[in-house]
Amino acid sequence: MKLKRILDSKDFYAGLIFILFGIFAILEARRYTLGTAASMGPGYFPRILGGTLILFGLIILVRSLWLSDESLKSLALRPLFLVTIGVLAFAVLLEPLGMVVATLTLISISSLGSWKFRLRELVKMAVLYIGLVVLAAGLFVYGLGLSFRVWP
Amino acid sequence: MDVFNNLILGFSVALTPMNLLYCLIGVLLGTLVGVLPGIGALATIAMLLPITFKLPPVTSLIMLAGIYYGAQYGGSTTSILVNIPGEATSVVTCLDGYAMARQGRAGPALSIAALGSFFAGCVATVIIVLFGPPLAEVALKFGQAEYFSLMVLGLVGSVVLARGSLLKAFAMVFLGLLLGLVGTDVYTGTPRFNFGIYELADGIGFVTIGMGLFGFAEIIANLEQKEKREVFTSNLQRLMPTRADLKASWRAVLRGTAVGSLLGILPGGGALLGSYASYAVEKKVAADPSRFGRGAIEGVAGPESANNAGAQTSFIPLLSLGIPGNAVMALMLGAIMIQGIAPGPQVVTEQPELFWGLIASMWIGNLMLVVLNLPLIGIWVRLLTVPYRVLYPAILLFCCIGVYSTNNSRVDVVLAAGFGVLGIIFLKLGCEPAPLMLAFILGPMMEEALRRAMLLSHGNPAIFFTRPISLAFLLSAAFLLVLIIAPTLRRKREEVF
Repeated sequence: MKLKRILDSKDFYAGLIFILFGIFAILEARRYTLGTAASMGPGYFPRILGGTLILFGLIILVRSLWLSDESLKSLALRPLFLVTIGVLAFAVLLEPLGMVVATLTLISISSLGSWKFRLRELVKMAVLYIGLVVLAAGLFVYGLGLSFRVWP
Repeated sequence: MDVFNNLILGFSVALTPMNLLYCLIGVLLGTLVGVLPGIGALATIAMLLPITFKLPPVTSLIMLAGIYYGAQYGGSTTSILVNIPGEATSVVTCLDGYAMARQGRAGPALSIAALGSFFAGCVATVIIVLFGPPLAEVALKFGQAEYFSLMVLGLVGSVVLARGSLLKAFAMVFLGLLLGLVGTDVYTGTPRFNFGIYELADGIGFVTIGMGLFGFAEIIANLEQKEKREVFTSNLQRLMPTRADLKASWRAVLRGTAVGSLLGILPGGGALLGSYASYAVEKKVAADPSRFGRGAIEGVAGPESANNAGAQTSFIPLLSLGIPGNAVMALMLGAIMIQGIAPGPQVVTEQPELFWGLIASMWIGNLMLVVLNLPLIGIWVRLLTVPYRVLYPAILLFCCIGVYSTNNSRVDVVLAAGFGVLGIIFLKLGCEPAPLMLAFILGPMMEEALRRAMLLSHGNPAIFFTRPISLAFLLSAAFLLVLIIAPTLRRKREEVF
């Protein structure tokens, strides 16, 4: 029972993440010159920060073993994946294929699943997407003169 | 009078057609994103930063500031009509505002929110005029030690005023400071934490991190929830509050303005905290606290005045010290630096058009908002009926274009996506991202101040305690901490949030 409660606790994972970030920072900072207190090198401040982060992470983690806090709510993976993949696709496609393709890919991937596959819905969706692309291109490229490649 | 001449200068700057136009664009956009749940002032400002590259400094700041306080006006509309906060700062307005709408009193609730905000905006503008310049004069005498301690105070403030666990907020600060160090060490040219990625040589862009943590993460979080909206528009004919409404709420407006202004100036403060604190105050002083949550007009008037006052007074530390007090101000700082202006106390005297023009524009912007807001409410309501599944692809697209065009870098977009995932994880774990964002901006400044101060003192940390102003900042920070750890206040804090 207790183990289950711990593994459900927000603080347990939060503490763990902070400790990992802290350890990572210190390992990385060891490669930079430490210097002295009077003349700090590039490694001085990161080591202080990393150490303190580990300390806070430990306190948070240890507390979570005894004190119960709010338990973790489930994470809906679908929007997380769709939005993230959409954005990554935008980043990959923008320079080689231009804004129109990248934009259409971004909004199509990210809104997968939020439309019903019926003719009327699909027509509405197409109108909305084309409108968005025209708006984005018109506003940013032609209106504000930002340098984007528009077409493939 | 010096102030008088300066104000004339300010208005002569703010009243030029171009600045008026951008002020109008700013407040309208601000109201729009305020009304729309799922997109906040922070993400909007980050999105629009690339656009401001081509504008003069004053004009761009006028527009960006307008977005921030305009959003405070817009946020209340959604809270009152839909029971969903349009903006985080309008969360408490839902309680009594929506209750009023259900009783058919949406009109008076909306108008008292707008009128209260306008009053608060005017007072906050006067406060900036009165306190900004003297504070800058004091700050001109600050050395590196004072700046370091001031930033410590700011970060402690942001932790104390953050919602949720103090320990996690502190950890977020240290993580933010670390993220701020990514890039090239200014003294030695050593690349730090860049993992051989060329684009990280200048560090992580604040637009990138802000858009990830606040833009993308917010969209994902919104998509997780099922949409259920019920807009109360039937009884919108009567907009104006009755005499009894006004009588019941004018004291709340005054108190809200005072509470909001004070909490806005505090390091780590801003619009958010004021609205919560004001609601708590109103409930405390009310003769019959049980009315709250059932349509008490004070519960709308107080918090809505407070959030607007706080949004504006939080410009004081930014403009007169060059230190941002919250995440939105951190973006403003970025906007100032992009324009090639070194932020700091010298801005008040060296860039008077910027300082006074911005202040004058705030008053003008508030006037625009109160005049435009009520007649335009029909349009905002119609926007609310647009479902989120139609809106979010557009928001997402503008976010991506905003991140990309800051440096024309695809790596920034990929990083922002990564921070979006991190933001969702933090959200799930109850870690507030606002202190991280502030620490991220302050990180490099803090390291520089620390290194210089320690160089001056030959490595003796006593320098932070022997210089009186620096000591005062550190004592204030310690005082804040003691206050918050003390059990009675801790309960209060939990009550407020």
